[in-house]
Amino acid sequence: MEDPLALVFLTAAATLRVATPLILCAMGGLFSERSGIIDVGLEGKMLMAAFFSAAIAAVTHSAWWGVAAGIVAAEAMALLHGLACITYRGNQVVSGVALNILASGLTIVWGNAWFHRGGQTPALEGQGERLLPLFFPRAGDSILVYLALLAVPITWWVIARTRFGLRLRAVGEMPLAVDTAGISVAWLRYRAVLLCGLLAGLAGSYIAIAQNAGFTRDMTAGQGFIALAAVIFGKWRPFPAFGACLMFGLLDAIAIRLQGVRVAGLEVPVQLIQALPYLLTVFLLAGFIGRAVAPRAIGQPYEKEH
Amino acid sequence: MIRRPLPAWAEIVLLPLVNIALAFVTVGIIVRIIGVDPLHALVLLVVGAFGSAESIGYTLYYATNFIFTGLAVAVAFHGGLFNIGGEGQAYIGGLGCGLAVLALDRYLPIWLMIPVGIAAAALFGAAWAAVPAWLQAWRGSHIVITTIMFNFVAAALMVYLMVNVLIAPGSMTPQSRNFEPSAFMPAMGGNALNLSLALALVCCVAVWVFLWHTPWGYALRTMGHNPEAAVYAGTDLRRMIMLGMCLSGALAGLVGVNELMGVHHRIVLDFPAGYGFAGIAVSLMGRNHPLGIVLAAVLFGALQQGGAELSFDIPNITREMVVVIQGLVILFSGALVHLPRPWLQALFALRRSS
Amino acid sequence: MTAAIELERIDKSFGSVHAVRDVSLAIEKGAITGIIGENGAGKSTLMSILYGLYHADAGTIRVDGQPVRMESPHDAIAHGIGMVHQHFMLIDSFTVLENVVLGAEGGPLLAKGTAAARSELERLSRDYGLTVDPDAVVAELSVGEQQRVEILKVLFRGARILILDEPSAVLTPQETDRLFRILATLKARGVTVVLITHKLREIMAATDRVYVMRQGRMVAVRATPETSPEELAELMVGRKVRLQLDKAPPHPGEVRLRAEHLGLIDRRGVRLLDDVSLELRAGEIVGIAGVSGNGQTELLQVLSGIRPPSRGTLTVCGRTIDAGHPGDPAEMRDLGVAHVPEDRQRQGMVAAFRASETAILGYHEQPQFSRTFLLNLPAVGAYCAKLMERFDVRPRVPGLRSSSFSGGNQQKLVLAREMAQQPKVLLVGQPTRGVDIGAIEFIHRELVKSRDAGCAVLVVSVELDEILSLADRILVMFAGKIVGEVTSGRADERTIGLMMAGARAPALGGAEGA
Repeated sequence: MEDPLALVFLTAAATLRVATPLILCAMGGLFSERSGIIDVGLEGKMLMAAFFSAAIAAVTHSAWWGVAAGIVAAEAMALLHGLACITYRGNQVVSGVALNILASGLTIVWGNAWFHRGGQTPALEGQGERLLPLFFPRAGDSILVYLALLAVPITWWVIARTRFGLRLRAVGEMPLAVDTAGISVAWLRYRAVLLCGLLAGLAGSYIAIAQNAGFTRDMTAGQGFIALAAVIFGKWRPFPAFGACLMFGLLDAIAIRLQGVRVAGLEVPVQLIQALPYLLTVFLLAGFIGRAVAPRAIGQPYEKEH
Repeated sequence: MIRRPLPAWAEIVLLPLVNIALAFVTVGIIVRIIGVDPLHALVLLVVGAFGSAESIGYTLYYATNFIFTGLAVAVAFHGGLFNIGGEGQAYIGGLGCGLAVLALDRYLPIWLMIPVGIAAAALFGAAWAAVPAWLQAWRGSHIVITTIMFNFVAAALMVYLMVNVLIAPGSMTPQSRNFEPSAFMPAMGGNALNLSLALALVCCVAVWVFLWHTPWGYALRTMGHNPEAAVYAGTDLRRMIMLGMCLSGALAGLVGVNELMGVHHRIVLDFPAGYGFAGIAVSLMGRNHPLGIVLAAVLFGALQQGGAELSFDIPNITREMVVVIQGLVILFSGALVHLPRPWLQALFALRRSS
Repeated sequence: MTAAIELERIDKSFGSVHAVRDVSLAIEKGAITGIIGENGAGKSTLMSILYGLYHADAGTIRVDGQPVRMESPHDAIAHGIGMVHQHFMLIDSFTVLENVVLGAEGGPLLAKGTAAARSELERLSRDYGLTVDPDAVVAELSVGEQQRVEILKVLFRGARILILDEPSAVLTPQETDRLFRILATLKARGVTVVLITHKLREIMAATDRVYVMRQGRMVAVRATPETSPEELAELMVGRKVRLQLDKAPPHPGEVRLRAEHLGLIDRRGVRLLDDVSLELRAGEIVGIAGVSGNGQTELLQVLSGIRPPSRGTLTVCGRTIDAGHPGDPAEMRDLGVAHVPEDRQRQGMVAAFRASETAILGYHEQPQFSRTFLLNLPAVGAYCAKLMERFDVRPRVPGLRSSSFSGGNQQKLVLAREMAQQPKVLLVGQPTRGVDIGAIEFIHRELVKSRDAGCAVLVVSVELDEILSLADRILVMFAGKIVGEVTSGRADERTIGLMMAGARAPALGGAEGA
């Protein structure tokens, strides 16, 4: 038996490790969705960022260049999403789905062409190629973990206390009101989408070069969707969404420990715990546990006749 | 300059073609970046897809799956419902098909086993779609989000069942026992292609008849275009949501027939392999019409088959190139569908003025 | 006169619709200028061009004599122009203060700007008599209060020119009077006001000068004291209004529809219908008059089976409907109740459908259109052609998209569909909204014909003239109640107007209501 205190610490650390990309990604998704742009493409952005950060870190032997590349890759995806949803007023869900599929294909096609390892990037083993834990080697507390924790109050502050935040909330509710107030709807939404790209880029980089040591195919494994679920679960508010990320992270962290454990004579299937974030979100959306009300203009392209 | 709307034929024919062309030009650029001559790749791809009876068979076998999932997306779409859960519905449809076969293949003759397997696949697929439909109709939750979530739930459920329940005794890999030959979908030609293709084509005709020639299809389309008018017309929207989604799920579920009864002859993990998502691309490219869906499905089938051949010949290109193409087609003919319109409008204005 | 704004030869088309044709006007500084015209005359489009929401295809805009470009509302605001839209541009979930500062926050951080805005708001409220609580959430305000927030928004931005688009459409008469007092105060303090409306009374009561628009053109300008409502009406419509409808006296027969103490309460507990009782007999036209938004829409929804009543009973051709036994539109049709909805675009048709598909909306399960499980498309097409012939719908092409027809022809098609079933009861909402003059006459005659054939007709309209010329009996609705009844012969506009405003008319009785 392990020391209970150590167990608590390790579980907490594991929770935070798992939750970090969720938190970063959820805060990104929150910016996008509060501006009225649905983002089911968080997964794709993260995956693309994970690939490019691992690839560039491997090539340059620098984790920082890796992070930068991850951000650039996610921003490119965000721009495409913005172009489709804002400039060309396309269907936001379709665009997100397209970007996810594109990312899952492109990462492997490029990875294979580049490194000839069946889509994987070379393992990051050299000095400075990965983001390493800052204080507690066993806890995996890389700088991005702290950044994720910082991202939550910052997101809250920006949305609640700044001019940009006020306009962001307004444009998600009623873009026409924002337009008639003399503010550009498109530019506002582009900024929201780009912020989303930035945060999703950090999340993807974290997965590839802090949590893991390189890129493997489809390595984000649905975490973008869990982040999206957290945004919804948190009713589009930063702190509740953060709470949802921690809860989902905890579920994941204990899933491994619960393997083989019997509750009242029944073995708890790991798969059930893995599916819980999705199931809980479905329950929430169905109004069985509270009510989640989306920004009113979400998903609707802003059109006016010229 | 005054931008006039495009003429109808340009809207229906030209614009979609330009969208597809843009997608493929982008593919060409990506292939070029990888360091392969796109034209050379194209030739290999076409030969790989249509060069022999065997390759044509594979192309059509893949196309069968695309027809099922494309129709699934289209039917829901005509009702204004965006079903992104084709992947999960195909998976659970396969489960239903497999369960029926595992239970009955030792007792039923082939002419009875196959219809039962088909019915079970459709039923399970429909049931998996019915839950999000019910949640939207009665509880107001958004069908897009719910169907996404249900894909993951389906995957988790299948892993659990395969690992813990359905695994064949003594097997190391999570797969069921082999089906008896009475549950083999009759093959057409020597390889994977089987009678499911005929089933898919029958479904196309049935969907066409349903949408445009029955009162229910009429009501479904009314709901899709204008829900308020549907209420005014006396349509029960909840029942229509259920109907549209269940049909959609049933069609997606039939992927299980082609895959399990047609090819694998046992239940395996991950057999939907992205067909559910690709259905969105197929439906968009086929403009949500069964005929267009058949054409798009054959194209995607050819890409799948040709892409596989291509990856043998050119190691730099992997099979995932097909996934990239699917993504680009969804992007250009779905999300960026309006992109070329201003260009075409300018072109038409130029032609008028000269 | 010094002009605050001059528009010169403004032209604007939307696709094939020529909305504004070569319009010029000058708006006098420090005065209240009215722009009057029928629905669809181009007034709102013109003002949206001035406000930068639409871009004119041709023409010049001058503010204080200087030509300016209005690329977006941002430019308009910069030139001191503010607009109060017909549909309020307010974020429901925001407070009054947040709504007011949106777009004029006074810095990247909210705290400082909003503090300053709060005191400025207090000053404006005092100065102009625009009282409203800055911390109230907009969704919880009354419509009149929301409009005041809109005006405050404009003043907060330092606008010198205020455009109001159909400001009274959503107001009660009392609130309208209050609004006009506010406008007078604004004028007294040097603000230039532009009032867009289609109501003659408001023009006469509030403006100094009036421009008249008709079918996208500016047809006249008058100094208000020198004109009369009759002259303006004639200018608006282009010929003598109040077309006298030839109709015989009604011969009311048996009761076809009886509503007793109908009540409708929405999820938030608002009483949309309050103790409504009425009878509809064969062979008569009953008109429901009232200011828009006083329960007429909900009454039609309940009578046609779209919404079940929360209280009371509805008896239609022998079937009794109440909260426990809801009907539905399909069942009502089977009982012989036809319904021409108020908003044909949103309810009565499917824009993307062929005309022939729209022609069977609601009747698609009838045996003549569907045999066993299949639609009989040739029969549907032939049926549509017949309807088009009978109601003179042009162009006479059943295969054409419904949205390709003009408003009048769409309305004729919907009307044809509902009348063709020879209904026992015909419910008609806004029969001629957005319909050209020729079609209006045709539609009115058809409604009378249908009455003479023994149908029980209920007409809901916000156009009092229409009610006066069509109805045999007039019921007036206010705040979800029926506040009075007048028979056609004794109808006079003033009495009905008073009732529409919620003022009791003791001579006419009417026990219900507060």
